[in-house]
Amino acid sequence: MDVLVCVKRVPMVGGKVVLTADGQEVDTRMSGFTVSPHEECAVEEAVQITERSGGTVTVLTLGPPEAAEQLRDMLALGAHRGILLETDGREWGPVATAAAIAAAVGELGPGAFPLIMAGNEAADTGGYQVGIRVAHALGRPCVTGIKRLEVAGDVLRAWREYGGGQEGFEVALPAVVGVKEGINLPRYPSLPGRLRAKRAEITVLRPAWQADGLRKVALRVPAGSAQRARVLGHGAEAVPELMRVLGEMGLLAPVGVTGRDGVVA
Amino acid sequence: MSSRAVLCLVELDNGEVAAASQRALAVARSLAVDPSPGSPSAGALTAVVFGVAGQLAESVAVDLARHGATELCLVSAEGLTGYAPVAWARGLEQLAAQRTAAAVVAAATDHGSEVLAHCGALTGLPVAANCVAAAATGDGTWQLVRQRWAGSLLEEAVLEAPCALLTVAADAAAGDLTALAPATAGHGVPVVKFTPSLQEADLRVRATESAEQGGGLSLATARVVIGGGRGVGGPEGFAALEELAGLLGGVVGVSRVVTSQGWRPHRQQVGQTGTKISPELYLACGISGAIQHMAGCQSARHIVVVNTDPDAPIMSRADYAVIGDLNEVIPALVAAIRETAGQG
Repeated sequence: MDVLVCVKRVPMVGGKVVLTADGQEVDTRMSGFTVSPHEECAVEEAVQITERSGGTVTVLTLGPPEAAEQLRDMLALGAHRGILLETDGREWGPVATAAAIAAAVGELGPGAFPLIMAGNEAADTGGYQVGIRVAHALGRPCVTGIKRLEVAGDVLRAWREYGGGQEGFEVALPAVVGVKEGINLPRYPSLPGRLRAKRAEITVLRPAWQADGLRKVALRVPAGSAQRARVLGHGAEAVPELMRVLGEMGLLAPVGVTGRDGVVA
Repeated sequence: MSSRAVLCLVELDNGEVAAASQRALAVARSLAVDPSPGSPSAGALTAVVFGVAGQLAESVAVDLARHGATELCLVSAEGLTGYAPVAWARGLEQLAAQRTAAAVVAAATDHGSEVLAHCGALTGLPVAANCVAAAATGDGTWQLVRQRWAGSLLEEAVLEAPCALLTVAADAAAGDLTALAPATAGHGVPVVKFTPSLQEADLRVRATESAEQGGGLSLATARVVIGGGRGVGGPEGFAALEELAGLLGGVVGVSRVVTSQGWRPHRQQVGQTGTKISPELYLACGISGAIQHMAGCQSARHIVVVNTDPDAPIMSRADYAVIGDLNEVIPALVAAIRETAGQG
């Protein structure tokens, strides 16, 4: 089966977010870029499906010319082809992004990619909707939040966690699936994989930018996230002070004596 | 401007309005207030619940009044049993059209986010996800503050749409509702029913199974979480953290590096792509504090850090810190707690 996986180039953010002077973007001069974690798992899942039952994995992204780097990273994990929907660097909203993806898939014919996968939500914008909008545009069913997946013939079974339990879904292919990290443990790229990715041809399309009804004004770092921890001490010598602090928090009542609900000793 | 009808999808938790839906109602309430100068007035806020009357506790209507709703609309249809995201979205879309609603709001839970995204796809309207605040401007647009990076960044945005579709972040601060609905205390909101017109395709995705996972404490609701990161050093290092968690009636949570190394299963991961926690105490051991991790534990009441690096990013987000090797500090802490318990 031929699988399409949609991924997004996002800033690689570590311990601190730094914004550009105009407050419009995350400053990436010192950090670089990566693929959203959910989407890396979607690529791994797609590669495993084709390793078991044949077919190809195509990775698609919408982004600036540099987003080809992220496509090559995914090709190194085992994907076969890359499609770049190249932009001029402006941020695209979910409505326009989904329309561009659906148009690119639609051009390949109704039978293209019986399975389309996406991350459940992008790490940066967290819109929770591109996959669902693509599904509607193509007239396909869509399941999201998926942490377990089985494909048997034309039937896709998928499960997600909900409220301490599990929800299961069964839909007919073709379908769209939003995947969450935890569905698998993505492999590290192999050396042959990296070499293959370097040489692989990437198809470039250039859809036209469209305004979204939701317009970003500015980004800001939430207030109150710059306190400083009070140092209780160093090494094991700090344990008496740590015990005092835990006691003040009311956490040192002997377990089993107070009989707190739900406590499993 | 006339009063603005607003719909809010409400999810129930053990027969009560779920905490996330309470926050959604607070934001929905602020959208239902007409901002016209000189004549501020509150419009209708309809709480939308999927299900049938007989299965709902009567107390839900009272609970909804307390959270600022003016009406409860029960949505049901033939063949609609349990969760079916497109059918739910179809129900909201048709109800919004009937009421010429100014806004449709849901909590940013898995269900709420999914249903609102389907609403957006069905109507072609934009959806603003993970809002923490929203207000009508009076010129037909909405001013929003929404989370990016799971709350590590905030985005100020303007939404322009004939009907505002938005989800409310689960950790948005709940508004003060006492001033909004003082007269309704003790009384339930009126209940109406709505039957959407569904097509077969609206029901092709539906939850077919829902089993509670077996016993034990859940990471999301645990009162104490003992966190372990790269500094734990390997899978065997978690035994001491498990022992400490057991003594404090808590569970172990881990950072992303721990699950991507395969040291612990993903279900123990705290963070943006794992579980969001809100314990009394988060004791973070050997965790540097990437923003994706902090997004999952920022609702903890107290954060205490054990780390060898006094300059780790997590130090600026914690209440207390012990500078040192967790392999030395944690066993000493376990011994001290055992000694105290023995004396008690």
